[in-house]
Amino acid sequence: MLGSGIIKGFIETGRNFAESYFVPERLTTVQYPEEQLPPHENTRTIPFLVYDASDPAVGLRCTACQICEQECPPGCIRIVKDTTKKPDFVGKMQFQPAVFEIDISVCMGCGICAEVCPFDSIKMDHVFNLCAVERLESMLVRKERLAKSNDYFRSIHPREAREIDAQRGEEKAKAEAKTRAAAAAKASPATNPVCGAAA
Amino acid sequence: MISAEIHNDTSALAEFEPASLDHDVLEVAMGPHHPSTHGVFRMDLVLDGETVVKLKPVFGYLHRNHEKIAEQNGYLAAIPYTDRLDYICSMTNNWAYVLTVEKLAGITVPERAEYIRVIVGELTRLFNHVCLAGFLLQDMGALGTPLMYAFREREKILDLFEALSGSRMMCNYLRFGGCRCDFPEGWIARAGEVVSNFSAFLDEFEALLTDNEILQARAQGVGVLPAALAINAGVTGPSLRASGVDYDLRKVDKYGIYARFEFRVPLGKNGDVFDRYMVRILEARESLKILEAALAAIPEGPILDPKTKLRGLRPKAGEAYGRIEAPKGELGFYLISDGGPKPYRFRVRPPSLINLTILEDLCLGHTVADVVVILGSIDIVLGEVDR
Repeated sequence: MLGSGIIKGFIETGRNFAESYFVPERLTTVQYPEEQLPPHENTRTIPFLVYDASDPAVGLRCTACQICEQECPPGCIRIVKDTTKKPDFVGKMQFQPAVFEIDISVCMGCGICAEVCPFDSIKMDHVFNLCAVERLESMLVRKERLAKSNDYFRSIHPREAREIDAQRGEEKAKAEAKTRAAAAAKASPATNPVCGAAA
Repeated sequence: MISAEIHNDTSALAEFEPASLDHDVLEVAMGPHHPSTHGVFRMDLVLDGETVVKLKPVFGYLHRNHEKIAEQNGYLAAIPYTDRLDYICSMTNNWAYVLTVEKLAGITVPERAEYIRVIVGELTRLFNHVCLAGFLLQDMGALGTPLMYAFREREKILDLFEALSGSRMMCNYLRFGGCRCDFPEGWIARAGEVVSNFSAFLDEFEALLTDNEILQARAQGVGVLPAALAINAGVTGPSLRASGVDYDLRKVDKYGIYARFEFRVPLGKNGDVFDRYMVRILEARESLKILEAALAAIPEGPILDPKTKLRGLRPKAGEAYGRIEAPKGELGFYLISDGGPKPYRFRVRPPSLINLTILEDLCLGHTVADVVVILGSIDIVLGEVDR
């Protein structure tokens, strides 16, 4: 019968409409912004820098190795090495960035910087409601604004942070053991006791 | 520039000289900002009344210099740019590119990673085909309903992609030698649930659409693509198979581990818009079979070949062409290496662009309203056409 296909279609839309009131699979939207779905752990938006403990100036993990700067596909990261060094978490002297800037108007959020970072320093954030009224100053995120605490990292990436914390704890314990052994031996007190630990 | 050319060139219009003074041909620039052109795409139409007598596709509005950018960056840095070619199917774009790099550099892929690729690739095909049907119906005037139903189901798959790769559409997930990270906890179970519910959705979608008399009247016999023309023009993918040519790279090349899966290649008979719609729905059903088998058989193991050098990869001098059956057709990458850290030449063979070349042949003699439907049935994404 001509028109039976259309009627069949109407029955389908009618069923969908009626069921949208009580079948959750039929209505998949939420009332944003009053209601917000939690992001997935892997969700990535823009990068940030992780620092340990409470002071970003002391605990910043970044060693200004500039690998992320080289690998960034759109080239939105700019790093200038500082002339002074600071000790990292195992006590080894490492470079630090004097300037670390990410132009988030250029950043495409691919996450390659976080993937290639050998120091677990640069990670991807979950913030997505980023807006600004001008595009120069507020879109150029400097070191101070990029630095976020390890506690924040643990809160957004619990599984990954657990793995990294465990690995770093192990390395630290190894380095401390080596320091103690060197101190006990006292064979050559002038040498740097931890230089082999992080390698 | 192109528009000036068509306006000055009156000789092109001479052959369509009207028979009498009471009607004239009309030039219409359809697009680039037209909701039915699926992006920024312009068609310069010459109309006699409402009938198309000449059609000239004009593209390039979305050109982003993808190939040159990839030649400036290293092999790894090109992967996020491939996401942005066909921005609906980023997973298959990644796949075609990493397959080519693997061919070029002789990298092997672990078993588990091969399964992951099949799973994400077929999920991509699934929602691409369903969304195409939704867009096609929107072009026919069914504003909203089929497209929203398609998007509702697509959202469930994008949610899986976000949990896996971190991004819904710009996945940047596959790497040469495997993929970036393993499934998060419970992902396979959730994917299995989506896949097992999808068949019911396809039944529902077909009940809504396939028997609909308006769809049939608008689609049957419209935009017929003869098999000979399709082969000559290099058309690939569902558009080619709708014309009855049995050519699916998953069967022909058997790249990855596709030889292990049982699936059929649906073929059309008439090559019209309806066949192109129907082939996609049937292909989605075949994808479900592959997905069920792959999700059940996925082995444990590493996801990335430990010998793979992601940073600073320097394949020895040579060239490689890798291709896969992307949802829109044969997506190929052609790479030449001179032994350095960057590809010497990077070339994309985009299915959308090559499938678009037959547009004029399909549209001549049809009305403007049919042009919209025919364009919708070819399934183009302008990000891939213009690159």
